[in-house]
Amino acid sequence: MPQIRFRLNGTETAVDADPERSLLDILRSELGLTGPHFGCGAGECGTCNVIVGNRAVNSCDMPLWSAEGKDITTLEGLGSAERPHPLQRAFIAEQAMQCGYCISGILMSAAALLRQNPSPSADEVKAALDRNLCRCGSHNRIVRAVLRAAREMSAG
Amino acid sequence: MNTPSPPRLPVSLAANPRLSSWLKISADGYVAVSPGKVEIGQGIITALAQIAADELDVDISRVRMQRASTASSPNEGVTSGSLSIQQSGRALRHVCAEVRRIFLAKASDRLGTKIDMLDIQDGTIKGPGNVTTSYWELAEEISLDRDASGDTTAKPVARRSLVGRSVERIDIPGKVFAQPRFIQDCAPPGTLHGRVLRPEISGAKLGELKQDSAYAVAGIVAIVRDGGFAGVICETEHAADAALKALHGGATWVGGEPLPVESDLASFLKSQPADLTVIDTRGGAAYPAISRTIRRQFSRPYIAHASIAPSCALARWDGGRIHVWTHSQAIYLQRIDLARVLGLPVEDITVEHMEGAGCYGHNGADDVALDAVLLARATQGRAVRVQWSRADEMTHAPFGAAMLVEIAADLDARGEVVGWRHSIWGNGHTSRPDGLEPPKLLAATELKEAFPRLAAGNQRQPSGGADRNSVPLYDFPSWQVEFHRLLAMPIRTSALRSLGGQCNVFAIESIIDEIACEHSEDPAAFRLRHLRDGRARAVIEAATKRATWKSERQPGIGHGLGFARYKNTGAYCAVVAEVEAIGEVRVKKLTLAADVGEAINPDGVRNQLEGGAIQATSWALKEQVRFDRQRITSTGWSSYPIIRFSEIPDIDIVLIPRPDQEPLGAGEAALGPVTAAIGNAVFDALGVRIRDLPITRERLVDLLENAS
Repeated sequence: MPQIRFRLNGTETAVDADPERSLLDILRSELGLTGPHFGCGAGECGTCNVIVGNRAVNSCDMPLWSAEGKDITTLEGLGSAERPHPLQRAFIAEQAMQCGYCISGILMSAAALLRQNPSPSADEVKAALDRNLCRCGSHNRIVRAVLRAAREMSAG
Repeated sequence: MNTPSPPRLPVSLAANPRLSSWLKISADGYVAVSPGKVEIGQGIITALAQIAADELDVDISRVRMQRASTASSPNEGVTSGSLSIQQSGRALRHVCAEVRRIFLAKASDRLGTKIDMLDIQDGTIKGPGNVTTSYWELAEEISLDRDASGDTTAKPVARRSLVGRSVERIDIPGKVFAQPRFIQDCAPPGTLHGRVLRPEISGAKLGELKQDSAYAVAGIVAIVRDGGFAGVICETEHAADAALKALHGGATWVGGEPLPVESDLASFLKSQPADLTVIDTRGGAAYPAISRTIRRQFSRPYIAHASIAPSCALARWDGGRIHVWTHSQAIYLQRIDLARVLGLPVEDITVEHMEGAGCYGHNGADDVALDAVLLARATQGRAVRVQWSRADEMTHAPFGAAMLVEIAADLDARGEVVGWRHSIWGNGHTSRPDGLEPPKLLAATELKEAFPRLAAGNQRQPSGGADRNSVPLYDFPSWQVEFHRLLAMPIRTSALRSLGGQCNVFAIESIIDEIACEHSEDPAAFRLRHLRDGRARAVIEAATKRATWKSERQPGIGHGLGFARYKNTGAYCAVVAEVEAIGEVRVKKLTLAADVGEAINPDGVRNQLEGGAIQATSWALKEQVRFDRQRITSTGWSSYPIIRFSEIPDIDIVLIPRPDQEPLGAGEAALGPVTAAIGNAVFDALGVRIRDLPITRERLVDLLENAS
């Protein structure tokens, strides 16, 4: 089996596995990460989102082979309790979730948005998150949290 | 001398009086709190921690909330019905007050100081002259293995300092920092992965099953078959998915039960054999002054719980003992059902809760636990984790029941309501594990020794099931409310957030709006004129004031009002919806006023109300389970669309402070009023009454064409 190499949360990573397996499956079962969640397996809910390069993508329908040479960030690489990303601080400050299962994917979509557009409008945030589903109805809090993080980041 | 009657304990405490089952104080400086209610994304764990910390006078950081387990937790039945604060919160407040007093009595002995001279600050007990001890110092000398006496009074409202504050939720940091707490993220080393084979054709039974190609999958450990139940166990999830696919290829299905005609649910619901129950009556004799009767029919489709996470469970057999990890809302009742299916005593089974995604009612959580138990029997000693597919979650979990509601309102010559008949047709809204025969778990109906599947039952008034919120809150002089509970259940139904409350409130509030508008009376004024309960009036007044009700008209924009007191006994909620109806309906803004009694955590209450309002908007505009005569065809998010970020209304909430009133749950209060307010706003914008949910573009076009 060919070895697939990519950069995962800043660390060079090599995986020996069937290249047709989904990146999500590899991240969770081979690499022990639980940030990206399984939701639908069809790229329709966004709960498995990770950042590849600068874009948020569904990892559940991304084959492992397509990760070759890519720079991949999961929720684990976004920040930590000790060194939180402004988005993580903002989601706590706005209490921006109910069950929180969709939140890891939403944080990744939001982080990708802020890399591309550091000062989005509320409508731009909604557009960027439109492929992420939240069943609990925490949407407005989530939008507020992303705008709060953007303000904090642009204030330096 | 009269013997004093024993004091009345809160219901959960009366059922579980042992203090140590709720609370343990550790010499290490923390308090372990074990509620029987479970976190389902509603923030209950934080609210209960606030109550405990407040009553004990300890910092909330010292409170460690324990996950519910049948091995150690009080049995509080089901976490449902917006009752967790009412039941668990009251019990815990009582327990903490009593434990506080027990420790104070001990400290009084130790310090030689009268109890009423002692004060507690963050667990340190102080008396005059700076003498101190602490909960932690006394912990090992005091046994809480005793029953609550019930003669302790909790602190007065004015002395509570944490309750009523928007304390940050204790589960949120873990969720943003990817520290696993969901059951879906739990797979200890050595865990095997299972998948269960389920039919696409509704009610079909498994016939011949060729297993060769599934056994050829690398990593397969076992294939389990018991009658119509079959599943695979593999070393990895990837292998389990592949083996299940192979097993599907080798399966032959026999028979099936025809499904109703999706486009004519009303005929189906009205034509089935049914049990008729008169839910409530008032008045009686027909009023002679009836000048005319308005009859209207309302409906809602089947609605999916559609949790973002597919249901998941782990189970492990060690000899005759079984350990189950589940996101069930009712661990003890699940245990009874598991024991019945397996023919084992409940004592041999430990059921432990772990968080899953929001469930909004009875989804697949309990079913998947039996799946895991049945598979794990084949792998003694190794845990098996079973996770449903998205399609399983959308098609095999129970649904919120479709409903048909007919209201006939008798009006006198002045247009006043003098008679009212409210009739409901549909399946019951309860098929949860309930401790009664037969077990309610899906696989129990598939086994060789199969248990029957009963048509869903119905909760009785005052909470009600299909009839929840069907008894008018308005002071009409007479009414009759009845429910035709279907005895056939081709589509499995069970509890979904607010049960029948959503459709009943939609129906009542729509026809109220219609009657008011016909007589050119302001719909808010009409309601206020028929409500005597001051708290009900207050939410309507607050919502209309905040939303600047009936301000200047704009083309294409409509406003509508909806009101209910959830379950007629719970939280009050009034909603003003602002919709834009150009081409299709877009809900622009929802203004809510709510009275939930004492709000333990006001931000948590707002979060629940917002979530309910958004979910109701999704139901009202978009959601319906699709099916053909053979199968559920809503198998994923593209065939069962829910509301997206770009469609979310602004939400403004007025929370009426009632710190002196009993706390009432907030999670379900908004569903009915929001649905009704949207429907009434659509009429305000377009001049047509939409009475069948969801409010789709096609339905509006039909109505507008027929109106013109």
